[in-house]
Amino acid sequence: MIQKGMSVIVKTVTKITLGFILLYAVYISLNGHTGPGGGFAGGVIVALSFVHIMLVFGKEMALKRLRSYVLRGLTCAGALIFLYAATVKFSGGCVPFGAFLEKSVSCRLFNSEITLPFCEMLIIGAGLFAIFVALVLLSKSDRYDSE
Amino acid sequence: MIEIHLILLFMIAAAIVAVEARDLLSSVVAIGSVGIGLSLAFLILKAPDLAIMQLVVEIMSLVILVRATMRQDLPFSMSGRWVFNTFSTVLFMCVFLGAAYIALKNIPLGGGDFGIASGVYLREAIPATGAKNVVAAITSNYRLMDTLGEVAAIFTAVVGVMAIARRVGRPR
Repeated sequence: MIQKGMSVIVKTVTKITLGFILLYAVYISLNGHTGPGGGFAGGVIVALSFVHIMLVFGKEMALKRLRSYVLRGLTCAGALIFLYAATVKFSGGCVPFGAFLEKSVSCRLFNSEITLPFCEMLIIGAGLFAIFVALVLLSKSDRYDSE
Repeated sequence: MIEIHLILLFMIAAAIVAVEARDLLSSVVAIGSVGIGLSLAFLILKAPDLAIMQLVVEIMSLVILVRATMRQDLPFSMSGRWVFNTFSTVLFMCVFLGAAYIALKNIPLGGGDFGIASGVYLREAIPATGAKNVVAAITSNYRLMDTLGEVAAIFTAVVGVMAIARRVGRPR
C-alpha cells in the first residue's frame, strides 16, 4: 500500500515549494501581532510541510533528515524558552536573570512579538510532526513493510 | 445572516454523512468538509484568526486520519448490544443538550460583567501593548497565562503520545 515516495513530478514540485511553505509558516507566526495568524497556525503549517516531505519522499527520507531526537530536542527547547519568556513577562522583565541582564534588554529579548510566537511555532511544529511519525510507525502495515 | 445558516445546514448534512457512510474514506472526507464549513463560519463571523487556525488544524487532522490511522484491519463492529448503545447515546445526547441549554441561556450577550472586560480590552489593548491585532494583544499580553497553559497542554500531549506510541520499548 505504501510506495517509496510519489512520482518525479510531485518530488520536483515539492523540492521547489518546500522553502516557500516554511517561509509562509514563519510569516504567519510572526505576523500574529499585526494581523490574523499566530504561533499555533504557523506551527501547524511547519508540521504539515514535514508531513508533506514524508508523504512525497517516503518515511526513510524524512526521518533521515529529521531524526526523532531532533524533534524531541526542538519541542523541549521551545517549551523551555517559552516558559522562561513567559516568566520574564510575568515578572515585568526582572526575574530570573535580572542580576546580569538589563530590564529593557530582557524585555526586548523575550518579547511577545517574535520570541513567544517563534517558540510556540517550534513546539507545535515539532510536536505535531512527532505525533504523526509516532502514529505512522505504530500502524501495522508499515511495521511489516519495513521489517 | 443567511450564509451562516446555509453553512450550518451543510455542516449538519456532512456530519450525518460521516456517521452513516459505510466506507471509512467517505467518512473521513465528510469530517473534513465539516471542518472546512466551520472555518468558513468563523470567517463569516469575522474571526480570521480562528478561521486560519481551524483550517490548518483540519488539514492536519485529515492527513493524520487518512495516512496514519485509516487501515482496513481496524476492528469495527456494527452488531451486538444495540439496546445499550442506543440507550447510552440518547442519554448522552439529552445530558449534553440540557447542559448546553442551561449554559447558553446564562451567557450575557452584549452586557453584564463580560461586557465591561471586553470594553476595556477594546479601548486599551492597542495603545497599551503596541499590537495591531487585538486578539494577539490579549492572548500574548493580558492572558499570557492562558497561552502558557495551552502550550503546556500541547507539550504534555506530545510527550504522552511519544511515550505511548513509540515503536520499541526501552530494554529494562
